Amino acid sequence: MSDFPRWKYALVALVMLFGVIYALPNAFPPVPAVQVTANRDAPPIDQSVQQKVTAALTAKNIAVTRVFVEGDHLLATFVNSDVQKSGADAIKAALGDGYTVAFKLQSNVPGWLGAIGARAMPLGLDLQGGVHFLMQVDQKDAIEKQENSYADDIRALLRDKNIRYESVTRNAAGGQGIAVILRSADDRSTASDAIANEYTDLLVSSGASTGDRYVLNVTVKPEKLRELSRSAITQNLGTLRNRINALGVSEPLIQQQGDSRIVVELAGVQDPTEAKKLIGAVATLQYRPGIGQPGDPRAAEAARTGNIPPDANLYYMRGSNLPVLVSKQIIVTGNQLVDASSGIDQQSGTPKVDVTLNAAGAKKMGDFTNANVGKPMAVLYVEQVYETKVIDGKEVRVPKVTETVINDATIQSPFSRQFQTTGLGSPKEASDLALLLKGGALAAPMDIVEEGVIGASLGQDNIDKGFKAVLLGLALVLLAAAIYYKLFGLVADIALFFNLVILVAVMSLIGVTLTMPGVAGIVLTLGMAIDANVLICERVREELRNGSSPHAAIRAGYEKAWSTILDANVTHLIAALALTTMGTGAIKGFGVTLMIGILTSLFTSVTLTHAFTAAIHGHRKLKTLSV
Amino acid sequence: MEIFNHDSNIHFLGMRKYTIAIAIFLMVASVGLIAFKGLNYGLDFTGGVSMVVDYDQSVEISGVRDALDKGGIHNAMVQSLGGTREVSIRLQPKDDPGAVDAAGKFNLDRIATDVIKVLHVSRPDARLKSRDYVSAQVGQELRSDGTVAAVFVILGIMAYLWVRFERRFAIAAVITEVHDTLVTLGILALVQREFDMTVLASVLAVIGYSINDKVVVFDRIRELFRLARKAEPEEILNRSINNTLSRTIITSLFTGITMGALYFFGGTAVHGFAITMLIGIVVGTLSSIFVASPILLWLGVSKKDLMPVTRDNPELARRP
Repeated sequence: MSDFPRWKYALVALVMLFGVIYALPNAFPPVPAVQVTANRDAPPIDQSVQQKVTAALTAKNIAVTRVFVEGDHLLATFVNSDVQKSGADAIKAALGDGYTVAFKLQSNVPGWLGAIGARAMPLGLDLQGGVHFLMQVDQKDAIEKQENSYADDIRALLRDKNIRYESVTRNAAGGQGIAVILRSADDRSTASDAIANEYTDLLVSSGASTGDRYVLNVTVKPEKLRELSRSAITQNLGTLRNRINALGVSEPLIQQQGDSRIVVELAGVQDPTEAKKLIGAVATLQYRPGIGQPGDPRAAEAARTGNIPPDANLYYMRGSNLPVLVSKQIIVTGNQLVDASSGIDQQSGTPKVDVTLNAAGAKKMGDFTNANVGKPMAVLYVEQVYETKVIDGKEVRVPKVTETVINDATIQSPFSRQFQTTGLGSPKEASDLALLLKGGALAAPMDIVEEGVIGASLGQDNIDKGFKAVLLGLALVLLAAAIYYKLFGLVADIALFFNLVILVAVMSLIGVTLTMPGVAGIVLTLGMAIDANVLICERVREELRNGSSPHAAIRAGYEKAWSTILDANVTHLIAALALTTMGTGAIKGFGVTLMIGILTSLFTSVTLTHAFTAAIHGHRKLKTLSV
Repeated sequence: MEIFNHDSNIHFLGMRKYTIAIAIFLMVASVGLIAFKGLNYGLDFTGGVSMVVDYDQSVEISGVRDALDKGGIHNAMVQSLGGTREVSIRLQPKDDPGAVDAAGKFNLDRIATDVIKVLHVSRPDARLKSRDYVSAQVGQELRSDGTVAAVFVILGIMAYLWVRFERRFAIAAVITEVHDTLVTLGILALVQREFDMTVLASVLAVIGYSINDKVVVFDRIRELFRLARKAEPEEILNRSINNTLSRTIITSLFTGITMGALYFFGGTAVHGFAITMLIGIVVGTLSSIFVASPILLWLGVSKKDLMPVTRDNPELARRP
């Protein structure tokens, strides 16, 4: 009699089927391809271009698997990325300037698999390479921002101490300090002392004075400047990591190069344009005091004449396009944000972003709103995009900053740490902004100075060797299990095979990037997965030795081993879970692999083998067991 | 087939004075090695130098790797950049004595010249396009993340074992865990094997492996305590180790086979991972047999501690 319920057989069959289907796309690895698109003034892609490409490749003896036209572009596929690169060079030379030749990874997965959401695991930088960006961080901008904020602070300080001043302005070039102009020599010395006392990072010196203008030069200490540049890079690195992690690209490489550059490499992509959108986005919010309402006479006047008050900026409202004056003083910026999430405002039904500030931001916001109830506050949306322009025949990337006011509302009651911002165009925009805000603001804008395709960091021979060793290791374990535990060992082998299939299926479905350490992790998981079978088999042997009948031995073996297997796997799971909390891509990916592996092995080693064992032994009278 | 005699009865706990002494010695030695000799951190952790080299004619990546290896520059990361005539080389200038100046900064020009000299041996058309230093791939946050993760593991495992077993089991498991991790790291420091991200992942996997092993023995201890009429702790612990001995060794063997295959045939990419895991498996297996249970005995585990859970449960008491 089998004590294995029928629904469990069905479950096992279903899970096996699921595993096979969703692991299948990995049997169709994407092939390296070269994509040719026509530039605006070149003749469109047609048969003649195809013939030209084929001829060029044959002339250079470059093996091409397929050349075909698909929509508005032509694709040529190659056996490996080395040939792909030579192919691209040859095609470029043959077609000339009228066409853009780009690398691409052409998916090979049959359509019906794609339709049910099955896809192959992307391969990591070490196995396949990806795209490479080198970004220049504009540290001057970070310094200018800091100087602006010092200028604000100095104004506030002078007001607090009742020192009359004519102006406090930042010198045009970044890093050159702030000029404070006072009315008398006495005022100047009191101001000098006050500033030096309050801000230890600033150097204060008296400048030349003319008539009743007494100049005080305030500069940021060199060590503080260096620290600012350094922290701009560090913060940008952190922000990039957050963004790339948030968008689900796993195991990227993000590191500082030189003093002011950042290298980013993303796996599994060969088309840089897509990735660029993601990492180059510079959008943030600034909260500033508003001056009047949008479109009020002063703003309209300023827009018409171009006479903008010195302490204000003129912007336009998002949507209505009404001119609005906004004070230059910044209350808080996206940097001071700790959390942001998007949603729909219950009252107005428009998209909103809920914002949580850090302590310093909350204090500033609280102070400001307390003192300014009934006055307007504007929310400025600052976005920087890079546009590619052709100047003197060269492609040049030009930054373009758009600043629009998304919200200018009267402060109804004071608030500080948490509040919401409305006025965004669409829920998508709100969620994008929340994502960017949450990832942290870039401390300084970045410009991509170099981009391109980068090859696998492991040599092909190393990759081949690695995969061969994996297969060898698994084969040896399968063999050892079959020899040592005979029939039960064979069943364990089947389970192990399906464990691999299901593990690969789940990893593909989640989209875990496969790297060489990841492969090692899979093998390790499988090596350890057999532990459950060892436990079961040893138990069954023990029961047999204690005189149980074969059926009773199987039942008791599974029952008794289960508690041990559960305890061992739960503790192991806790350890794997901890790995996934580590921020670093490679280790996180490894942890995820281990975790999925523990869960799948619990199923295959226990339920699946039990089903097979029950099916084999279930309805027969047994004298002995092959274990 | 059976390799191990199923009714073996080796008196493992009789050797506990020696085994614990050895364990303590190994732990202290490991801490010493890690503190004084230090781990040989790889490019991932220390950063290094990044170079872009141009060739007039197309070049094979494997050729560049070979040339560097022959010139005594090992562990360099070579990748093609864009087409076939440009390569990116990242390396940690360890093998170059004049590479680091007095201030601890890399002497970029010196390193670049040396590398190009090496490349020129096989390809005179190699030209340096740019060179710069690169930061560590993993930021400072890894340190704090790692600490958080370690604390998480220790607390999580302790909490689970405390609930499922008993306080003493939780403590013994965590102490042995720390022992296994330290000794694995100590051996890595001793042989000065390059410590990169892959090896770190492997060390963390050792933690998972070793806890797995201990829990199996503990499980048997709990079972035998509950079954036994007269439970002499030392006798029970010894029997548990003997009963699970076959499983402990077979599992280690099976996992060891896969890692051995990776180590011997897997190429340089998985060397570090496999050897670390192999060290961990040996250390973990030995400590499951020789260290965990003596600690348990020393903490004073007894039948009484494992029974009340079932007795206090009125649901169970009502059952016939």
